[in-house]
Amino acid sequence: MFNFDFEVILNNLPFLWEGLQLSLLLTGLAVIGGIFFGTILALMRLSGILPLSLVAATYVNLIRSVPLILVIFWFYFLVPLILGRPIGSFYSALIAFTLFEAAYFSEIIRAGIQSVRQGQGQAGQATGLSYFQIQRHIVLPQAFRNMAPILVTQGIILFQDTSLVFVVSLRDFMTVSSIIARTEGRLIEMYIFAACVYFVICFAGSLFVRRLQKASIA
Amino acid sequence: MNYNWNWGVLFQEPYLGWLIMGVQWTFAVALAAWVIALSVGILVGVGRTLPSRPIAFLCTAYVEIFRNVPLLLQLFLWYFVMPELVPNDVGQWIKRDMPNPEYLTAVIALGLYTASRVAEQVRAGIESVGSGLTNAAFANGFSVTQTYRYVLLPISFRLIVPPMTSEFLTIFKNSSLALTIGLLELTAQSQQIAEYTFNGFEAYTAATVIYVCIALMATVVMQVVERYTRIPGYMGSK
Repeated sequence: MFNFDFEVILNNLPFLWEGLQLSLLLTGLAVIGGIFFGTILALMRLSGILPLSLVAATYVNLIRSVPLILVIFWFYFLVPLILGRPIGSFYSALIAFTLFEAAYFSEIIRAGIQSVRQGQGQAGQATGLSYFQIQRHIVLPQAFRNMAPILVTQGIILFQDTSLVFVVSLRDFMTVSSIIARTEGRLIEMYIFAACVYFVICFAGSLFVRRLQKASIA
Repeated sequence: MNYNWNWGVLFQEPYLGWLIMGVQWTFAVALAAWVIALSVGILVGVGRTLPSRPIAFLCTAYVEIFRNVPLLLQLFLWYFVMPELVPNDVGQWIKRDMPNPEYLTAVIALGLYTASRVAEQVRAGIESVGSGLTNAAFANGFSVTQTYRYVLLPISFRLIVPPMTSEFLTIFKNSSLALTIGLLELTAQSQQIAEYTFNGFEAYTAATVIYVCIALMATVVMQVVERYTRIPGYMGSK
């Protein structure tokens, strides 16, 4: 019925590898940036200072109600306008992903912080630690240990989401697969191959999450 | 920053018409996909908890496959690859005669993808009912079907209403991916307006405001549903 042509995949492996590297790099940087800004947002929301928590809550709810593609379009349009010069697709995409994912990470981190018993923070206060010392040495380390599995899960989702840079033709794994598919006229092979690669990476990631969950229960 | 503000552009023809068309397509995709997601998701989610091993395995495989491949790629697989893999006659019909190919593909792809997420919620709901009630049902001589029909499903469906709210919102956001196969839904229309008028700020703001309104509306509706379906004494007591 149909001959699967492995040749097209083998011939284009270096190109595909470059795309995969870009996907992974974007994921890694966006996870780091997302957790950083997410932590700030979560602390703002739990700070008990009304203006701060209001700003953070508005930001998180706004970002969470719009699609990622729209956010990507926003930043492609806004970033060069604000900076006055183009900075390239990669950095626009990186900023869009970081700020978008920060909203999702902040919800996870907020739940993580709330999972640390209040007595811990109070004990810190009683010992005379400052607010930042308490967060840095007592609350956040425990919170992050509790939420490690969910953070990795969000990282896997983020990795899948990076495929959306396709809409602005940034050459990640998805875009590269699609370019090869079109130029070589081999849509079936390339898209099935790309699906397999994504599946293997994400499935391996979710098995890792399961191990983390078992470790955290034990 | 050099930028020519012109909010009026949003209320001019044809741009206003484009936005309205976009909203209609977004609703059409999201709601139709939600029907598929709910029906398939419930079947698969229940299937995962059944005592029958082959069925549970198949349903687990479904969830893992659909959850671990990016939605964009799934969309492309349905749109570009599936018509080539089915028998020739069917493939020809899909490519030539099927009405609204972009719309139908988007609905199927988004529906089956969301089904895997719904299935996870359904499974979690059934598992959270606990083995005590299940064992009690079996002890009373209920069959598996009866246990599900009278004990597990009525309780778990009411338990999972809150997480389903967020899935319902997600399906609206994910419907924006349909623009990659050429369906002009809301995000695509706003981008098109941005390109035609160079008023990107206004166009994207319009789309953002509409998405936020959809989210608010869905939240209000679901809050009402949550109030009526809440099991007294079940959720509040942790």
